[in-house]
This record gives sequence, C-alpha cells and structure tokens, in this order.
Amino acid sequence: MENNSTPEYAITTHDLSIHYGSYTAVSGVNLNVEKQKIIAIIGPSGCGKSTLLRAFNRMNDFVPNCRVTGEILLQGQNLYGKDVDPVEARRKIGMVFQKPNPFPKSIYENIAWGARINGFKGNMDELVEQSLRSAALWEEVKDLLQKSAYELSGGQQQRLCIARTIAIQPEIILMDEPASALDPISTLRIEELMQELKKNYTIIIVTHNMQQAARASDYTAMMMIDDKRSGGVIEFDETKNIFTRPKDKRTEDYVTGRFG
Amino acid sequence: MNQSRDHFPEGDAFRRELNGRYRSATIGQIAFLSALLIAVISLTALLYNIVDGAFGYTAYEYKVDPSTITPKPLNELTQQELLDVLKANISSGAYNKLNNEQVMETRSQSDLLSLVLERIIRIDTKAVWSLTQSLFHKADIETEVADKYPDARLEFRSWLTMSFLSSPMSSRAEFAGARTAILGSLWLVGIAVLFALPIGVGAAIYLQEYAPKNIFTRIIQTNINNLAGVPSIVYGMLGLALFVRVLEPLTSGSLFGVTDSNGRTVLAAGLTMGVLVMPLIIINAQEAIKAVPDSLRQAAYGVGATQWQTIWHHVLPNSIAGILTGTILAVSRAIGETAPLIVVGASTFITVDPQGPFSKFTALPIQIFNWTTRAQPEFHAIAASAIIVLMVMLLSLNATAILLRNRFQRRL
Repeated sequence: MENNSTPEYAITTHDLSIHYGSYTAVSGVNLNVEKQKIIAIIGPSGCGKSTLLRAFNRMNDFVPNCRVTGEILLQGQNLYGKDVDPVEARRKIGMVFQKPNPFPKSIYENIAWGARINGFKGNMDELVEQSLRSAALWEEVKDLLQKSAYELSGGQQQRLCIARTIAIQPEIILMDEPASALDPISTLRIEELMQELKKNYTIIIVTHNMQQAARASDYTAMMMIDDKRSGGVIEFDETKNIFTRPKDKRTEDYVTGRFG
Repeated sequence: MNQSRDHFPEGDAFRRELNGRYRSATIGQIAFLSALLIAVISLTALLYNIVDGAFGYTAYEYKVDPSTITPKPLNELTQQELLDVLKANISSGAYNKLNNEQVMETRSQSDLLSLVLERIIRIDTKAVWSLTQSLFHKADIETEVADKYPDARLEFRSWLTMSFLSSPMSSRAEFAGARTAILGSLWLVGIAVLFALPIGVGAAIYLQEYAPKNIFTRIIQTNINNLAGVPSIVYGMLGLALFVRVLEPLTSGSLFGVTDSNGRTVLAAGLTMGVLVMPLIIINAQEAIKAVPDSLRQAAYGVGATQWQTIWHHVLPNSIAGILTGTILAVSRAIGETAPLIVVGASTFITVDPQGPFSKFTALPIQIFNWTTRAQPEFHAIAASAIIVLMVMLLSLNATAILLRNRFQRRL
C-alpha cells in the first residue's frame, strides 16, 4: 500500500475540491507529484486548471468566497491545516504567472527583494548572479543590473520572474501558462530552461499548448468539466502514455485534437 | 451568405448617415469650446479685477510737514537719525511699547522710516484709483486732484510691495502688511497636512487592503464620501466644540506648561482644517491604491511576502502619485477656507507673529475678508494685494506637489 507522503513525492492531494460559494469549480482531485519531475496539467478552457494550480500555494485565499475541502500534503503536512501560515507555504512553493509581472524596480532589486524579506543573510550579489544564470538570463543582463526590469523584453521579463522565484530556493515551482504571452523562440527557451530547472526543483505547469505538454513534461494530468460544470482530473499518467495510449476516451479526443 | 448587408445603409445612404454623425460631433465640439471660453473669460475677469485694485494712483497728504521735523528728505535719513527723530517726537510710553515688541536698534531702515511716516508725519490718504483708471484717465485724475485736494501729493503706487509682505498689521492701510496673515496661513496648512496625511492614508490603506467587504465598511465608506461635501462652517463648529473647548488643555498648551492662553490657537484651527481635508485625502488615496494592478500584489505574495510587506514595499510606493494629488487638493482647500477659521477664533487684528502652535493667529482669508469690508478704499487696495499673495502661495504649494508627483511617476 503506497504511503502518500513518502519522500519520493514532492506534494500530494487527497480529494481536493475548490468551491466558490456554492459552485464547485474543482472536485475530487487526487494527485501524487514526484520530486524533480515536470507535471503538466492540460484540458479545455474553463475546466479549472489554473484554479487547481493556485490551490497549491494558497493563492486562492485572495479570492473572496473561495473554500477548499480535502487536503494538500507537503512533506506530510496539510497546507490547509489550521495552524499553517500561507506565507510559509508560498515560500516553499513559488509561482510564475501567465503575464510576466516583474516588480517596478531594477533587475537586481527584483531578485534581491524576495530574498531579503525571507531573511537572506549571505552574499546578495552572488545570489543574484546564481539565480540569473539558472534562469538563462545572466549573459544578457549582467551589465544592466541597475536598469529597470520594465525595459526588458517579454521573454526576458518572464525569465527574470523565474529567477526571482528560484532565488528564494523553493521546493516546487508552479507555472501558469508561462509562455502563452511569448513568441515561439522565447517559448522554446523557457521549455529548455524547465529541463534544467527540473534537476533541482519540482515543476507543475498548466498549459494550453498540447505540443508543449508532450515535449516538456514527465507526467500529465488531464482535466475535464463534468455535467455539473465542475472540473476534475480524469486521467493522470506518464506523458508518453497520455499521448499515445490514453485510457479515457475523452482524453483521447482531446489530445488528438477532435475538440478543445 | 450576405444577409447582413440588407440591414445596413450603403453608398449614398451611408454617407448621409455619416454626415449626420459628423454634424452631432461638431455641435458637441462647439458646446465644449464655448464652455471653455466662458471659463477662460471668467478667470481672466477675476484676475483682472484683483490686479486692477492692487496698483494705481493715490493722492495723500502729510498731516505734519516733514521739513518741520528734519531738514533732509526723509528717504535719506540714516538709521541713527531716524531713531533720534522717533525719540524726539513720540511719547516715551509709545517708544517703550515699540521697543518691547522689537528692540528699536535692531529694526531696519525701511522699518524705522515706516514708523516715522506712520506715527509722526501721519499720512492721510485722500483718494485711490484703480490700475485701469490710472493708465487711461491720467489727465482726469490730475485735474480732479488739483481741484479737490490741492495740498495732496499724487503718486503711482503698487500696494503690493516688499514692505507689504514683511510688515505686520496696522490700523492704517498705508502701513498694514500681510506678514502675520501669511505666517498664520502657513502654520495652519502645515499643521493640517501633518495631521491629516498620515491618518488619511492609513485609513485608505485599511479600507482598501484589510477591511472585509461587509455592511459596516460600506456604511463607513458612504459616510466618508459624504463628509467631503459637508459645508465648512459645520467643521468650524466641530472645531470650536472639540478642539477649542473640550481639548483646551491640549490646544492651549496648558498641558505642556504654557500659561496665559486659551483654546483659540493655531493648533486648534490647524486640527480643524485637518479634519476638514481628511475625507479628500482618504478618497484620493483610496483611488490611488485601487489603481495599483493586482498582478503586482500577486507577484509579491508569490515570493512569500506578508500582506504588510506587500503594501509597504509595493502598493504604497506605486500609489504615491495619487496620494500627492489628494494632498494638493487638501492644501488648496485648507488655505482658502474662511468660515471655520472665524468660528474657531482667528483674530482679525493681531500684530504679533505666531510663535508656536499655541499662539493666537490670523490667516490670509480672514485678513482679506476684514479689509474688504472696511469703508476706506485704501483697505480695498491692500485686500487686492493680499489676494494676489494668497494666489501666489497657493500656486507655489501646488507646483511643488506637482513636481514631486512627476518625479515619483518618472522613477519607474
């Protein structure tokens, strides 16, 4: 019998449901996310992918009327337990958003600020350089660290947001359609980056782009809306199985492009 | 399928309909332009009226002939000579009183000259003319003076002079200055903004970022919005009851050991003005905070920031522009309101500058009001000068705030 909080799993969910008032947006999700793997969440628009993703780092707390039932276990501890501080959860689980949102500060400060408020006491210059290298941005900005982050291109800004996230050394990185606002070249660079990041972090990515999911991820979760208009995970398997031998007919319809 | 083409006008019909749209637009443009012209004309008329009253010819007589006091022309007397003239010609009681206000030897030459003119020579203004009259009807004025006031001197005078700015009040219009009023107004605005800005911005932060959206906060919000429109005299009455009477130990300074004072101080008036402008500051700060995009807050939370860290390091710095706009509006209001100051007890005749928050005070609007209601036309002339001073002060304070706001907006 599998123990759901064995160390091989970075994070697991138990019967996770997310409700807005009386409407259930996501129901009954059971996922085991292995460490240092990339998990893609795919599905048609409006099936609750982003809602599910945001539940992992308690970003849904900011939506009024949002309730969560079920559990999300990080190292055996329920993230929605009574004595858990969401700030601590967000420190361990970072997030990269769909539209790049760097702080209106310099490139250096974007990375340093997060580190500083989390009590970083080492050499900040080194941390900034390391984070920018890990995000494949160092060579392009190493002489421009004092420039405003807003002067970078979209792709560079998104990599800066990734650098900012990994600077505080999270365990898991959540990515909400990180490349959907970028051109194809930047998109490919982000995907290459993800393969590098996987060596140190677990990545959960929501994507509309099936080719991206097929290319970049190790596991895929297929989400779909049921007739009560709430979304659920209908299949969760290794990516190669989902795209070549899906078990559920709806999954097969979606990945072969018959709809969605 | 072209079914949509049947329902829309095409060709000539389309062009006719389009021209109708352009005509409505032109009517709108004419209306807006007329409104703009009316506004510009009104403002110009106002400015003209004020400037007209502050400069012009004046006919005046000396009650005592200066040559009987001293052989030299008055402007050429040195400080020491002026002091001697004063000592010789005014009573020792009056001299000592002046000395107590400010030691005579330390007074400037122009100051002493004004004293000589005021106390010994005694100027008596016979008539005052406006700028337009002085520029276009000079000959008529000269004939009038020759007829009615043969002994009078005729001089083109600006009532807005450096000595007007630096002299205290006097019962004679020729020597009265706006210094006490200017300092009083500055003290008032300073206390009001220092009091209202932190509290107002704090309230705005709480209402926007922390307060739950329930019926209580909605009632509070509605109340704040309505308070911005309450007539200022009501705030005056509040100030009188609360700051002047109930909080008298605080506002009179007796709590801090100041004796010989009552609640009608600059501090009480400044606090009253602070309460008056607070709804303005809160509303503007709220709008500025609302305008900060949510993506910025989410980015901060995403790296593990607490709510306060997000507000202090990201929301507030990015809403400074709007908050400064609110401050500009608040300063403009605080400097111009007269009714609450009358109720709270601004003095209309006070010659001593405000020494601190616990002093009696006067303010520019009060002074202007007082001078305008006097009978003699000389007082109307200095009222016009005081209005110019008030407007210059207002524009400078606003310009400073606008410069600050632009600097913060460009920092990104």
